[in-house]
Amino acid sequence: MDTIVNDFSIQVATVNGSGSQTANTVLLRALFQMGIPVSGKNLFPSNIAGLPTWFTIRASKDGYIARRRESDILVVMNPETAAEDVAAMGPGSVIVLNDSIKVPPIPPDRIVYSVPMAKLMEPITTDVKLRRLVVNMIYVGVLGELLGLAEEEVERALDAQLGRKPKALALNHAAVRAGWEYAHTNFEKRHPFRAQRMNATQGKILIEGNAAGALGALFGGVTVVTWYPITPSTSLVESLIGYLNRFRKDPATGKATYAVVQAEDEISAIGMVLGAGWAGARSMTSTSGPGISLMSEFTGYGYYAEIPAVIWDIQRVGPSTGLPTRTAQGDVMFAHLSSHGDTKHPVLFPCSVRDCYDFGIRAFDLAERLQTPVFVLSDLDIGMNNWMSDPFPYPEGGWDRGKVLGDSELAELSKFERYRDVDGDGIPFRTLPGTRDPKGVYFTRGSGHDEAARYTEKPDDYRRGMDRLRAKYDTARTLVPSPVVDDQGRRAGILAYGSSHWAVLEARDLLRKESGVETDYLLLKALPFNDAVASFIAKHERIYVVEQNRDAQMAGLLKMEYPGHAARIRSVLHYDGLPIDARSVCDPIAEAETMLAEKHEAVTR
Amino acid sequence: MSDGAPKVAAGPAKNRIGLTRADYDGSKSTLCPGCGHNAITAAIIQAAYESGLQPHEVAKLSGIGCSSKTPAYFLGHSHGFNAVHGRMPSIATGVRVANHKLLLIGISGDGDTASIGLGQFCHMVRRNVPVVYIIENNGVYGLTKGQFSATADVGSTTKGGSINDLMPIDCCALAIELGCGFVARSFSGDQKQLRPLLKAAFAHHGTAVLDVISPCVTFADHEGSSKSYAYVKEHDAPLHDIEYVPYFEDITVDYEPGTTREVEMPDGSHIYLKKLAEDYDPTSRERALASIHEARAEQKLVTGLLYAEPGIKPFDDELNMVDAALATLPLELVRPPKSALDQVMEQLKTGKGVPSGGGGA
Repeated sequence: MDTIVNDFSIQVATVNGSGSQTANTVLLRALFQMGIPVSGKNLFPSNIAGLPTWFTIRASKDGYIARRRESDILVVMNPETAAEDVAAMGPGSVIVLNDSIKVPPIPPDRIVYSVPMAKLMEPITTDVKLRRLVVNMIYVGVLGELLGLAEEEVERALDAQLGRKPKALALNHAAVRAGWEYAHTNFEKRHPFRAQRMNATQGKILIEGNAAGALGALFGGVTVVTWYPITPSTSLVESLIGYLNRFRKDPATGKATYAVVQAEDEISAIGMVLGAGWAGARSMTSTSGPGISLMSEFTGYGYYAEIPAVIWDIQRVGPSTGLPTRTAQGDVMFAHLSSHGDTKHPVLFPCSVRDCYDFGIRAFDLAERLQTPVFVLSDLDIGMNNWMSDPFPYPEGGWDRGKVLGDSELAELSKFERYRDVDGDGIPFRTLPGTRDPKGVYFTRGSGHDEAARYTEKPDDYRRGMDRLRAKYDTARTLVPSPVVDDQGRRAGILAYGSSHWAVLEARDLLRKESGVETDYLLLKALPFNDAVASFIAKHERIYVVEQNRDAQMAGLLKMEYPGHAARIRSVLHYDGLPIDARSVCDPIAEAETMLAEKHEAVTR
Repeated sequence: MSDGAPKVAAGPAKNRIGLTRADYDGSKSTLCPGCGHNAITAAIIQAAYESGLQPHEVAKLSGIGCSSKTPAYFLGHSHGFNAVHGRMPSIATGVRVANHKLLLIGISGDGDTASIGLGQFCHMVRRNVPVVYIIENNGVYGLTKGQFSATADVGSTTKGGSINDLMPIDCCALAIELGCGFVARSFSGDQKQLRPLLKAAFAHHGTAVLDVISPCVTFADHEGSSKSYAYVKEHDAPLHDIEYVPYFEDITVDYEPGTTREVEMPDGSHIYLKKLAEDYDPTSRERALASIHEARAEQKLVTGLLYAEPGIKPFDDELNMVDAALATLPLELVRPPKSALDQVMEQLKTGKGVPSGGGGA
């Protein structure tokens, strides 16, 4: 049996609220500290405690961190799902079984390690409640032995998690040891999977996208944060509150250089953001799909009255309540075109935790420069899972507060008109309340207005205003983050955005290795599309647009934007609520490309 | 009431900051001639002039409806924000946290506040966001031609004759219940009462709710309406005569003991409430609610300062913000130093001090 080193995925099937998160984090961190690229994904229910939860850890020497469909190692901790979980495991896979859980007969080509977890817990503590929580550490020890994890890294990871609670640390430590020793004494290793130290994670950090976005907002100089709790966006604001508390209080007075307001609903949250943005603050809110629905009227107001706002949408699944704890990219079209009338908004698509950080800063510069609501469309997979990254760099240079006239600038002017495009980029100048010079005063309204912000219903006035907003949107093309393009002049191209990126990276390698299909790639970072997108579409005969929604929303936007090339645009779609995997990208493209090649061969023969 | 500044021989009178009354005007009203809202606009202009408000330190906010058009008609030298229907309170909250130096005058109507905006109204009051929140209350939707609003009284009729059977929402009672520290009811036709109430509201730290009955001459000035000029004049039952003496006026008010109640505002200004029929105590929440309920039973309209709690803690205090307006803070104050980022990055390398993530829905 050949060993398979640093290339396996583990699935822990457990019950939410059972304390397994710490155990899983220890496993993830230990692999990471051994220098092995890892990713961890938490599949949890919309529930406080007692429902099935799965945590998957993928170790990949090649650095692939997308979800894998199949698991190599299963840890069975949940009696309710045990039968299903076990049935999903293929030949040659490993099943670590808590022996008190009854499972149907397992085929002999699966490798089963049955562990008397309850018995091992007996000498560790008499407290029944503690036993239930700490038992998870048994499987950490068992896997440590079976995979050959570095003991000191498990210890370090455990210490980092529980170091501040010595009693808990001792208990958990004892459980890890008990599992480790039991496996060492009783199991002959019949499986090929091994962890070995390598050097691919040195200096790297592990962080969730929501925490990364919060750091971006912090260093972007946010001053007003409003929100209404909603999964999966809650942890963005809660992380931000933590960071603000820590780093944004005047040490002399203890006073805050920020305000966080928990609103009564998302309508109010966006209203506060617009009020604060109008008054000159860097303001933001974070929500998910249902919140975007509620915010749509105000979003259109922000567009038409031209008020900066940053709206994070950590996308979850579905229309209506949908699957609140699963991931998707289903809000693309709605966020982009949110609100009645003619509206379109810049949208940023972070594909990584680094992007979340960068866009957390940049979204403010864009919103203030463009005087309009800017969406950052993350998703649950990026937002709530741990991702490896190089450390984030400190922002260089200053900030862009956009075209704001203060008293000194107004003094130089003979007149000020709020909505006149004086320099041809479609972006007018604005003033803030509190400005002394009466020339700078204007009345903001969502009803028809002319260049001087006066009420108007005249057809020409309305049309002129809308045409200028379109000109401003064209300026936005030149300001939003550009796509990352790998263009080697191949015939087929892949276009993806957001969290789909990681599956595409792996899928391109699979396509090359398995089918000899070479692809170019455009990783889209924002709407509106810019020239780089136009040229990529024009240069490729087939563009596979990979996205995590049913209706091919980005492909639809591309077809609207480039109707002459609509026939080139094909879709690869994934929308079951699980993070997209490489196989879901690779297989349909391989099939289509192989068919084309065969056809081509038939014709030329 | 004095203008607050010594009269100069020639030219129009000026207030304590050297502005004339005309400096507080706005553009011409486009509402129906005789609309109660125009009288409220005039009272706001006069009160702002007499209080010596700095126009650039005021922001005017409104929702949607006839009333919400009026911020265009006063204080033309102040920034204005005509928001979406019923959602002005959230705009006001945002403006206030971004720049707590601004005095916010919010104009709403009964439809804007009591129907579509009831939630936002309640939460603004609950947070005690400093806004002078004026409800121009006529019991009907004007711009959509005369439907009942949620403040229409039981038995009131539309112009077409349909009768309202639903309980009215009393915004003053609601505000008092939600902890509001300044609640008044008035009538657009009673400038003598409205003006001092407005000036006192300008000095209040927290949400000040003024529910001003303001007859709609086009859709609710008929016989069956309980918000017509004739009905309100007949049923108006003022609680007291009101005099307001701002801190900057050196005036002593002499009154016989037992005839007048005095409320001191945080800036040292005083409200004097001269007893009429009964000795009304505006510092008792229970008394205020009782008098609203009694008035409803007796089909009277109590007007005056219903409830005052000038020492109440405004929302700003809750947030414990720095003294400078957040909107004006320079980059150095809002971007933590590189050492802060380094510290976080170090923690993320080891996992030390990083809470383990996890669900929640």
